[in-house]
Amino acid sequence: MPTDVLMPQLGESIAEGTIVRWNKRPGERVDRDEPLFEVSTDKVDAEVPSPAEGILTEVRAAAGETVPVDSVVAVIGDSAEAGAGGSGDGAAVSDSADSGAAGVRGGGVESAAPSGGEPGPAAAVGAASASTPPAPRRGDRVSPVVRRLAREHGIDPAGVTGTGAGGRVTKDDILRHVGASSSASAPPAASSPDPAAVEQRPSEPLSVMRRGIAEHMLRSRRTSAHVHTVFDVDFSRVAALREQHRDAYAERGVKLTYLSFVARAVVDALIGMPLLNAALTSDGASVVHATDVNLGIAVALDDGLIVPVIKRAGGRSVPELSAAIADLADRARSKRLTPDDVAGGTFTITNPGAFGSLFGMPIIHQPQVAILCVGAVEQRPVVIDEAGTIAARRRACLTLGFDHRLIDGAVADRFMARIRSGLEQFDPAAL
Amino acid sequence: MRPPRALQVRRLGRVPYADAAALQRTLVAERQRGETSDQLLLLEHPSVITRGVAGGADNVLASPAVLRRRGVEVHDARRGGDVTYHGPGQLVGYPILLLKPDRCDVHRYVRDLEEVLIRVVAGFGVRAARIPGLTGVWVGNDKLAAIGVRLSRWVTSHGFALNVTTDLDDFALIRPCGLADRGVTSLARLTGAQIPAAAVADRVVERFAEVFDREITVGAGGG
Repeated sequence: MPTDVLMPQLGESIAEGTIVRWNKRPGERVDRDEPLFEVSTDKVDAEVPSPAEGILTEVRAAAGETVPVDSVVAVIGDSAEAGAGGSGDGAAVSDSADSGAAGVRGGGVESAAPSGGEPGPAAAVGAASASTPPAPRRGDRVSPVVRRLAREHGIDPAGVTGTGAGGRVTKDDILRHVGASSSASAPPAASSPDPAAVEQRPSEPLSVMRRGIAEHMLRSRRTSAHVHTVFDVDFSRVAALREQHRDAYAERGVKLTYLSFVARAVVDALIGMPLLNAALTSDGASVVHATDVNLGIAVALDDGLIVPVIKRAGGRSVPELSAAIADLADRARSKRLTPDDVAGGTFTITNPGAFGSLFGMPIIHQPQVAILCVGAVEQRPVVIDEAGTIAARRRACLTLGFDHRLIDGAVADRFMARIRSGLEQFDPAAL
Repeated sequence: MRPPRALQVRRLGRVPYADAAALQRTLVAERQRGETSDQLLLLEHPSVITRGVAGGADNVLASPAVLRRRGVEVHDARRGGDVTYHGPGQLVGYPILLLKPDRCDVHRYVRDLEEVLIRVVAGFGVRAARIPGLTGVWVGNDKLAAIGVRLSRWVTSHGFALNVTTDLDDFALIRPCGLADRGVTSLARLTGAQIPAAAVADRVVERFAEVFDREITVGAGGG
């Protein structure tokens, strides 16, 4: 009888749980009470033991998914159902299932490889296994070293002619086999990992958010003609203004961050050059001009990232932008954003400088046409006058990633020059 | 009336992170099999950064070279939560408790840990609070104690880290979150006094027994 595995109730007020890790993959055997998966809630990571012994036949909620308490997250089937030999014990069943799978994969690799027009060995093995029962056991008789070597090359030892004692497959046999089947390609075959060998290692399904990010990033790369331009910007004036007003604003509960100054300079530049605030339609045939500046801010989360949007950012002061960014970041991390919070962005800022990055080469947030990446603000030695005087200045690299389908380099650089002068000659009235 | 359950307190002094993790694993297994009573391990770690199950590598800000130079190890911890820092002057508590049968509620457990620490620091004149959605003990926008817990068949491990005289500059090695305008603080900073960790540990034991309704026994290696 299959047994349903339920999301456990970890507390009275807890209605759902997030799966952080599966310790078993479908097809693997699990003992009763063996840790099967881990659930996370409120800084608590809980191990959930298997309710039954058997084969994990189905996983219905992948790692990263949040599901209601008591919903079925997996199904465990009887050992007997999953294997062919019902009388064998569980371990034996799972062993044979394993080598069966490896055999299929090895066979696939072999038939795909044009091994110098020599189909002899594979055919011979096939015939032998059909007529004499002990042949399939040949895989058992290779040493662990040979088996590992075979696995690394993604081949089935049973498909290799053995030259060792009693027809055993030796290390040399495996290497010769690999050499033969890859002779057409580059000689050091061992250095290029076979995808099939990677597939054999334990894997874990991506979370819903991760899959969403992966899909969006690839789509953006396919869609936009990405070009990047980097500007080195002096932050001395911004740093001085920040220092000067820090305490006054701190009393009002506002932290003046570099990012909020950059946001203000970007918003001003976007108002002056609305082409950077536009979007392209999905067929790339029309440009859509935005009526407002809706500024997206990329927020790093524990398990991904999200881009909440400051709506109608035009004309907002630095403290207002700072408060809006802090609020969105806070709600992003405590998962309290509404769908509206992440919709309607017209331009995005990402801030890897917070993590120490010098400058990034960001991917555009579709369907926007540009994205600004803020590098770390740090003291650097710079030449400050014609006499070649060197002094320490606070500087940061800003990168613009833009879609060359709509924006040309000259336009992008004029836009960046505006941002640079906006920061280097920051207007205190914007505070 | 049911008598309170026994709680063995072990004060271990300064223990490398890996050793404490191994000890916890042993005690959790023993507790699951009913071979030992509930335990409270009190200790401090040499400088170490640990990543919980939610922790990303990019939340460790300092480069491996800087970490090596400052003698800071990095470990993956199988507990809830993100990146955290432990070091001298921080009181670390690892309760190994069987929550069955009457405390099978992870939220309650975490809120109870917060309660213990809030009462402890109140004894030193510090008014700490909870922030909904952000587990830990806070004073204003600054975190005074971090909490990260692992649960295995209702036996707890990992626990809390209370900054007593911790060098708060060391927290600059990590960034628990990319943009958050939140900081860290310590009892020393809040009170202006170098309170000995042992005095704080005494209060933790008392308040822990109170909140969790346990009877203290002094354990081997304790004192």
